[in-house]
Amino acid sequence: MNRGGTAEVSLARLAATFCQVALASFGGGLSAWSRKVVVEDRGWMTDEEFLSAMTLCRVLPGANQVNLAIYVGGKLRGVRGAAAAVVGLTGVPVLIVLVLGYLYFRNGSVPATQSILRGITAVAVAMTFAMAYKTGAKALRSLPAWALCAVSFLLSAVFRVPLPVMLAIVAPVALWWAWPARSDRPPASRLP
Amino acid sequence: MNLGTALQICLLFGTASLLSVGGGNSVVPEIQLRAVDTYHWLTAAQFGDLFAIAQAAPGPSMLLVTLVGYKAAGIAGALLATVAMILPAGVVVHLVARFWQSSDGARWHVAMERGLAPVAIGLVAASGAVIARTTEHSPAQFALTAAATLVLCATKLNPLFLVAAAGLAGWLGLV
Repeated sequence: MNRGGTAEVSLARLAATFCQVALASFGGGLSAWSRKVVVEDRGWMTDEEFLSAMTLCRVLPGANQVNLAIYVGGKLRGVRGAAAAVVGLTGVPVLIVLVLGYLYFRNGSVPATQSILRGITAVAVAMTFAMAYKTGAKALRSLPAWALCAVSFLLSAVFRVPLPVMLAIVAPVALWWAWPARSDRPPASRLP
Repeated sequence: MNLGTALQICLLFGTASLLSVGGGNSVVPEIQLRAVDTYHWLTAAQFGDLFAIAQAAPGPSMLLVTLVGYKAAGIAGALLATVAMILPAGVVVHLVARFWQSSDGARWHVAMERGLAPVAIGLVAASGAVIARTTEHSPAQFALTAAATLVLCATKLNPLFLVAAAGLAGWLGLV
């Protein structure tokens, strides 16, 4: 059985799932919503696979969340699944921005949403921190793991090092640390 | 939409798609330069407003290109720009993801998955901090983020309730 054990998922369900992610993330927190729905609600992936997929999607060209939809859709249903996930993620949002764009170019402004967004964005940030906590509770169980996490945070948030440079610094150490042959840890967990 | 504009849209966003390493925001300066200075589809001020709209609307913020395409050539331009921005990078991602998924179980795959997990968690926390720094300006906002983080970590409450409550608080001018 595949990791995240998945029977055949219909294309409609894939599209609906990513549509739900896109609409829920009004105000931000798209990564956190993707994880909540894909890992917690649907059980299509483990946290470990989700994190590695997310890193892969950040390194490759393209918007991170579109890439993640392609990853998940492709994993479950191949090319058609990837297309369904992307259409689900972007379909309704495209319609919404078109309406907003139409209003903007007709009126020179959009309906006032700034004050509502101030509150929602604060929760979107909270979702992002909570996601770090939830995934960290499982993956950060040793001193080296904590050190890798802390250094990555500092390089990215405090020193604002570009992602490719950051990975060039951190990834070799991380791979050396995690290489299965040289450690007594069992191979990657297969638990759902 | 005339053929020239269609080609310009395909070329600009198709190129931007492949160059958008690290996420859509990395090519915003290039798109701005072309759309405003080279093709004169819109003014710099309009571009800034569209950027804000795309950020605030649900979905990926790279739907900025949908709005730029809309201004350049109407609905058809909007759809063409969106597809041109998604497809080239999407093909690359799909191929790499297929290769990655097919190598499941290989030692280098296990090492990458386990080794990069702490790095990814650091990046997630960092993105929260960076967004907070650019969007949160009042003590009430910081307090709301702190309280919501505690609730989300300690309970299984659906975040939508918090989103709705926070939106209401913002609308009432509490944060």
